[in-house]
Amino acid sequence: MRYAIIGAGPSGVVAAETLRARDAQAEIVIVGGEAEPAYSRMAIPYLLAGQIDETGTYLRHTPDHFDKLGIRMVQEQVSTVDTDARRLLLSNGSSLDFDRLLIASGSHPVKPPVAGLDQPAIHHCWTLADARHIAKYASPDSRVVLMGAGFIGSIIMEALVRRKVRLTLVEKADRMVPRMMDQTAGNLIKQWCIGQGVDVRTSTQVDAIDTDPSGSARYLLRTTPSGVIPADLVVVATGVRPTIGFLQGSAIETRLGVLVDDHLQTSVEGIYAAGDVCEGFDWNTGARAIHAIQPVAAETGRLAALNMSGCRTVYTGSLGMNVLDSIGLISTSFGQWQGIDGGDQTQLLDESGYRYIKLQFEEDRLIGAITLGTTEHVGVIRGLIQSRTQLGAWRQRLIRDPSRVMEAYLANAQ
Amino acid sequence: MMRSLSITPAKCTGCLQCEMACSYENEGVFNPAKSRIKVFVFEHEGRNVPYTCTQCADAWCKNACPTEAIQINAATGAKVINEGLCVGCKVCTIACPFGTVNYNHATGKVIKCDLCGGDPACAKACPTQAITYIDADWTGYDKMRGWAARTDTQSAAQV
Repeated sequence: MRYAIIGAGPSGVVAAETLRARDAQAEIVIVGGEAEPAYSRMAIPYLLAGQIDETGTYLRHTPDHFDKLGIRMVQEQVSTVDTDARRLLLSNGSSLDFDRLLIASGSHPVKPPVAGLDQPAIHHCWTLADARHIAKYASPDSRVVLMGAGFIGSIIMEALVRRKVRLTLVEKADRMVPRMMDQTAGNLIKQWCIGQGVDVRTSTQVDAIDTDPSGSARYLLRTTPSGVIPADLVVVATGVRPTIGFLQGSAIETRLGVLVDDHLQTSVEGIYAAGDVCEGFDWNTGARAIHAIQPVAAETGRLAALNMSGCRTVYTGSLGMNVLDSIGLISTSFGQWQGIDGGDQTQLLDESGYRYIKLQFEEDRLIGAITLGTTEHVGVIRGLIQSRTQLGAWRQRLIRDPSRVMEAYLANAQ
Repeated sequence: MMRSLSITPAKCTGCLQCEMACSYENEGVFNPAKSRIKVFVFEHEGRNVPYTCTQCADAWCKNACPTEAIQINAATGAKVINEGLCVGCKVCTIACPFGTVNYNHATGKVIKCDLCGGDPACAKACPTQAITYIDADWTGYDKMRGWAARTDTQSAAQV
């Protein structure tokens, strides 16, 4: 059996290792698009913050890990997938035949429609190469504008603060991390970051980036309504999209990502998808969803590999969840944190203490949550949601005091 | 024979000796706030529940780690944080459905029970044998495994 995997991120690597554990003889090849060892994008902020070196971002640390497992690593872009011939065409003109394929090509940053982005010292923060560029320009006291206060932008923010730059954060939406946090939490995070010395501008749009004619800064950002903001470095973190360009014209059905069924198989038999690129299902609602997060990348990589190697395993959908450290203020969100029609919600807010918890219920089950300023045992929120635990009397106790989540968990699970 | 922590809440008096022993063993201070085992007190029911990692076979924390910082100790079976590799991203703290991996603000890394390398201080300190360290087959962790099985996505793969 010849397995090919497109993508050397966590999903592709976990899949390759799972395939090897299932089949000692199979030919396994990972095709990664970057000239780097398999690494974790999630670790890049910590590299920029100076907490780790580049080897600290690597997904596997044992020397020759992939060699020893007989997993071949190819560093080339995939140009096209020929589903009839079962063949990948690579950017160097070579080709690679496969019997079963996993598409784990991940996602890539999107450029906002702003004039002047294609200049030096304007970078995404997505690859190790990006990080090297940013490290070059983000020196102490340099003026840095970070565009985008989503999850990724907010994590990069902390790294830039640690580099002691003068940071302005510009976000189009009316609050920070709008896809992970409600108004209350998003605003509290903003207040906290302002208190930590970051100039946070929400509801602000960058219209254009011009070079500074006076030469005192490298660039002048024209923004609405914040006016002109000088910058020596601009970091663009305005969202990511699944990387599916190379599938154009192939028989593999895509929408925003690669559509998969309940075994992570695409519309073409023997071809599967996992990780950020895979458009699967929301575990809560059953609706189509892309959850571009680390735990889902690892889980779907493993499940896809099991299915590819003949162990039929149902993929029941992915639960969205995130944990974010905004310069020391830690927040989490789980599942349907926005709540549902006809559901109940409860919240507890200590504004001056930067503590907040909000729970969402459907009947007597927990379906989503947001926490701010608390980290102890937060994992049980996932446990309660994903086990569909019927809370019984604890539902009312939680509505009165949502901070008693751990007790509710112990009372129901133990 | 692998051994595991076995916890019998009915025997727990809530004395918190386990928390003291754990924090001293692992952090060098007598500070229950730094313990990897926690005793939860249900006052109305007069019940105390010591709670820590069961070193579950699913290893949700390990599977979710982006930097290979959670490794299995071959001798004890414990899932152990490698502080040198942990970047403090906290993904394991939300991935573990038992809530037994916690973030340590002081170090910027996560902490969890590592069975003290095979000689758990909490079990030694417990005066009522509410916490014992015994052969894994005897610990009755089936209940916990049953709970894990209900947490769909990952356990489905065990079929």
